[in-house]
Amino acid sequence: MSRLERKTYLSEKVEQLEPSGIRRFFDLASSMENVISLGVGEPDFVTPWSFIEASYHSLEQGYTAYTANAGMIELRHSISQYLEESYNVTYDPENEIIVTVGASQAIDLALRAIVNPGEEVIVVDPSFVSYAPAVSLNGGVPIKIQTTAEFDFKLQPEQIEQAITPRTKAIILCSPNNPTGTVLEGEELNQIASVIEKHDLIVLSDEIYAELTYEEEYTSFASVEKMEERTILISGFSKAFAMTGWRLGFAAGPPGIMEAMLKIHQYTMMCAPTMAQFAALEALKNGKKNVNDMKKSYEQRRNYVVNALNEMGLTCSLPGGAFYVFPSIKRTGLSSGAFAEQLLQQERVAVVPGDVFGESGEGHIRCSYATSIKQLEEAMLRINRFVESI
Amino acid sequence: MRTKQAELLEILEKNGRMDIKTIAKMIDMNEKEAQEVIEKLEKEKVIKGYSAIVDWAKVTEDRGVTAMIDVKVTPKRGVGFDNVAERIYRFPEVKTVYLMSGTYDLSILIEGKTMSEVGTFVSEKLSTIDSVLSTTTHFILKKYKHDGVIFDGKDDDKRVVISP
Repeated sequence: MSRLERKTYLSEKVEQLEPSGIRRFFDLASSMENVISLGVGEPDFVTPWSFIEASYHSLEQGYTAYTANAGMIELRHSISQYLEESYNVTYDPENEIIVTVGASQAIDLALRAIVNPGEEVIVVDPSFVSYAPAVSLNGGVPIKIQTTAEFDFKLQPEQIEQAITPRTKAIILCSPNNPTGTVLEGEELNQIASVIEKHDLIVLSDEIYAELTYEEEYTSFASVEKMEERTILISGFSKAFAMTGWRLGFAAGPPGIMEAMLKIHQYTMMCAPTMAQFAALEALKNGKKNVNDMKKSYEQRRNYVVNALNEMGLTCSLPGGAFYVFPSIKRTGLSSGAFAEQLLQQERVAVVPGDVFGESGEGHIRCSYATSIKQLEEAMLRINRFVESI
Repeated sequence: MRTKQAELLEILEKNGRMDIKTIAKMIDMNEKEAQEVIEKLEKEKVIKGYSAIVDWAKVTEDRGVTAMIDVKVTPKRGVGFDNVAERIYRFPEVKTVYLMSGTYDLSILIEGKTMSEVGTFVSEKLSTIDSVLSTTTHFILKKYKHDGVIFDGKDDDKRVVISP
């Protein structure tokens, strides 16, 4: 019997990894026609033209080689300036910033750099589907903290206390959160910070949606008192700059950790794509208006969707950021999975079942409003018809 | 802080046919209130009208020709350019009139059935106005983008149906 037939060629770690719940749903939705999708976790806008044009130009000029491992120094300078101006955090472009292949790679690098086998990393539930698997793949143990709609899916400091063991190494925070749109603010951040300091944890702060915060001015976790020295700030260009396909993100943090991450990065990735780095440079230099225009549009659509869903009895609070709403579907008596599947079959509207993002997402669905108002109007009409038919 | 009124105007400017129910939800206003604001803005002539952006090249009817004319004029004491502008914009075939900075004064957009009809207008009506010193006429050959709308643009969604 060959190794392949015995299935022994896969690593145990990978064999034990659960496939993403999104996958099955994706296959189902992809097989249907005329589907309106509120299931997409990326902007409906095409990358602003000036970013694309800057990338064209770089290619025409022959910039097709590798860049420095940490990314072009001009881009790191721009990122440093951007972080300082937007979030009042200071990072040295020379040794505290790494340009990565999307924020996803930055998360992976950070975990690789800090997690020893068996160490625990706290993950908020519900949250982005990749955090827990990324912890597992790096030999760590993800410890989930269940949040609830009652507290707007906000992490409570005492919950962190309860989850901490001698093996706890780090916590992954994401504000605004995917899938809930929840934003952590002011005193909430301070309280979380004091627990983190007390237990000497490292923080992976995924701030990919920071630009898309609608109510309050955004507070970066790294700007919270005493947190900069223990925070790995992770962000990128995908969401607010509408650049998902370019795969460009970055990490900023204390030089010791950044040096370790860079070591892994140079062996496993070399550098982020050069043409994407040129587009990102333009995005930071001249993209403010583009970002603001898109943000305004998301905000109007958010208001529309929240009002429409509440009107049909699918209660949801007004999310402070990102481009997702996370309404409760409990009154329909259906599970998240059944609701999403029946909605897709009956009305051809794709949403993502909340439990895909963790157990505490059960009873909710994630609707992305990064879709034209015209599509949203039709989607709301269909969802309403579906809810009334139950 | 932008007012809800400005937000409403921006929405209507992009899509004058959007359902009032949708607009109200978008700007977090109740429907009746939003309707009243629109009516007020119509009455105050802030909203001057509603129209469709048409790509006439896609339908067979002969839509004639469009020309942009740069006009140099002598301003008149007391009224500046306003008098001559008015004399020009009152012609129904004149679609837009702007006062410009730079090498000429008025920019005019005019529509006619044929090139010669536009030519006749320029030579007989426009050039003969006392204050008009000179005109330069440019005919539009193809419209690629008009009022922010790309005519041959493809707006299909290139994203996968579901992503995390």
